[in-house]
Amino acid sequence: MVAEKITIEPVTRIEGHAKVTIRMKDDGTVDHAYFHVNEFRGFEKFCEGRMVFEMPLITPRICGICPVSHHLASAKAGDEILGAPPPRPASLLRELMHMGQTIQSHGMHFFELAGPDLILGFDADPAVRNVVGLLQADPELTVKAVNLRKWGQEIIRILGGRRIHPNFAIPGGVNKALTKDERDAILAGYEEALETTKTALKIMYGWAEANAEDINKFAVFPSGYFGLVKPGNTLELYNGDIRLIGSDGKELEKFDPRNYLDYIAEHVESWSYLKFPYYKKMGYPQGVYRVGPLGRCNTSEKIATPLADAELKKFKQFNGGKPVENTLHFHTARLIETLYAIENVKVLLDDADIMSNDILNTCRDPKPYGVGVIEAPRGTLIHHYWMNENQQIEKVNLIVATGHNNWAMSEAVDSVAKTYIQGPDVTEGMLNRVEAAIRAHDPCLSCSTHAIGQMPIILEIRDSSDELVKTITRD
Amino acid sequence: MAKPKVASDWLAGCAGCHMSLLDMDERIATVVSLVDLRSTPITDFKHPDESGVDVGILEGGVNNTANEEVAKMMRSRCKILVALGDCAVFGGVPAMRNFFTIEDSLKRAYVESESTDDSGKIPNDPELAVPTKVRALQDVVPVDVFIPGCPPSADAIFFAISELAQGRIPDLKGDTLAWH
Repeated sequence: MVAEKITIEPVTRIEGHAKVTIRMKDDGTVDHAYFHVNEFRGFEKFCEGRMVFEMPLITPRICGICPVSHHLASAKAGDEILGAPPPRPASLLRELMHMGQTIQSHGMHFFELAGPDLILGFDADPAVRNVVGLLQADPELTVKAVNLRKWGQEIIRILGGRRIHPNFAIPGGVNKALTKDERDAILAGYEEALETTKTALKIMYGWAEANAEDINKFAVFPSGYFGLVKPGNTLELYNGDIRLIGSDGKELEKFDPRNYLDYIAEHVESWSYLKFPYYKKMGYPQGVYRVGPLGRCNTSEKIATPLADAELKKFKQFNGGKPVENTLHFHTARLIETLYAIENVKVLLDDADIMSNDILNTCRDPKPYGVGVIEAPRGTLIHHYWMNENQQIEKVNLIVATGHNNWAMSEAVDSVAKTYIQGPDVTEGMLNRVEAAIRAHDPCLSCSTHAIGQMPIILEIRDSSDELVKTITRD
Repeated sequence: MAKPKVASDWLAGCAGCHMSLLDMDERIATVVSLVDLRSTPITDFKHPDESGVDVGILEGGVNNTANEEVAKMMRSRCKILVALGDCAVFGGVPAMRNFFTIEDSLKRAYVESESTDDSGKIPNDPELAVPTKVRALQDVVPVDVFIPGCPPSADAIFFAISELAQGRIPDLKGDTLAWH
């Protein structure tokens, strides 16, 4: 009896290139499924020799979906390395841009990338299972979704001159203040953004109720959780301490992100260009953890804004107060964060300092290295630079959001393949669920291969003697 | 007349050009009414139709063996090939890697980096693509239309696609090239 290897390549509706291989046993059940990240770019090397001030413009080219995350993490590392802490108004403006980014990235993911699976169905015809299909099925909702993303992108453009790869944050602050007209232009879109996100949450809750069986068997597994928090373990996206909790919800560590090398390390596997970060004290793979919306909603105990906080309380009940382990609840957590980001835009715009001209610290007290950390939409992003006396970069170390979830994505792919795939008749819908396991994490494969590149996903099924019998592709 | 078929994919880029395409906002509905979107990173067809498409759009340069295959397949299946964005047009930021050897770049990322543990090694599984020199798209396959910018503005992309959809080669000039 011959078993097989199924290959899915490329995985679609994720950022970047990825490939999944599924090795089957002789009896038609899944032996193991692998998630391969398949490109290397080398930012960590080719930034060597560049000036520190150039980094906030070079590193956003790691990722065009979340360029603001790299822009800001890089500027924060620049603040540290040049010894120029930004004035408060500059930090508020950077945080405002970051909220715009969170809103556009999360909003786009829910509606344009993952939404077709939820709203049209995992088993829907692949010809329509996309944003165009969504547009035809529910034009009103799709227009709202487009407008939500547009509002987030416009916040970025108003501050940084352009929607993608903006030029705004510089070491020591930002290069432009916010005018009253600009502030009012942003505020004008606030209510609509809030309503659209509430609608999305309603869709998600409705879907979760109708598909409780899927929610509870689709890649549910324990892990640690990792993310920035403010004092009182409040959800934080721009600046805070890193909190790491164990699978039982108990706090393992809370530390200044500058000291990340004391707490985490990265494991390398020969079959992926994406490394596997883990908690050093527990080792690999015992010390693996999840980041991003699920990680953050598990590590934080409250949210500073009322609507999002009320939703977080509901979220905490999904698993009776213990960390929520369901991969599909990444979607719920993502929408809760979107709500927070929208509410926080208003909090920031109402701040008395938001239109101040005190936006740049020109004092300098250079140090040999600096670390900048931020919660990118997909998780904790770490930029670490070393520089020489000419303020040129000597070395760069990057740990990118999607990287922290590498183990979890591999685990989710394997788990979903084992749960849903039954040979010998493998359907397209089964394979789409395997892709959805990756999609739920909203990976940014350009980011994760930052360092590294993009990831193609291939799904292969091989027999027990490693022979490829069948490759299912979907032309 | 049937709507022209359009396929797209991304190579060694950052997805920013495709995001700029989405930045057309509500004009996306217009694009969808003009063209038939086939395989793209945001739809679930995996490859351009074997029977061919009218327009193929590629973002990113070519930096490994997998990108090379995707570029060649797209070229062989489309009538007009568009290089979208600086990376596809001339290599862009990722081409900065060409100043170093590939081996040094790989070593820095997978062996020497401060956070990498003792398992550090250069990934070399046969499933993985092999990195090459970073090249512009036209260094690998013939290109018909170039849309520069990092990323090109949504207006430039909208103009180019609507021209192509109506059977014209877009003549990008003036503001559509002012991408800085």
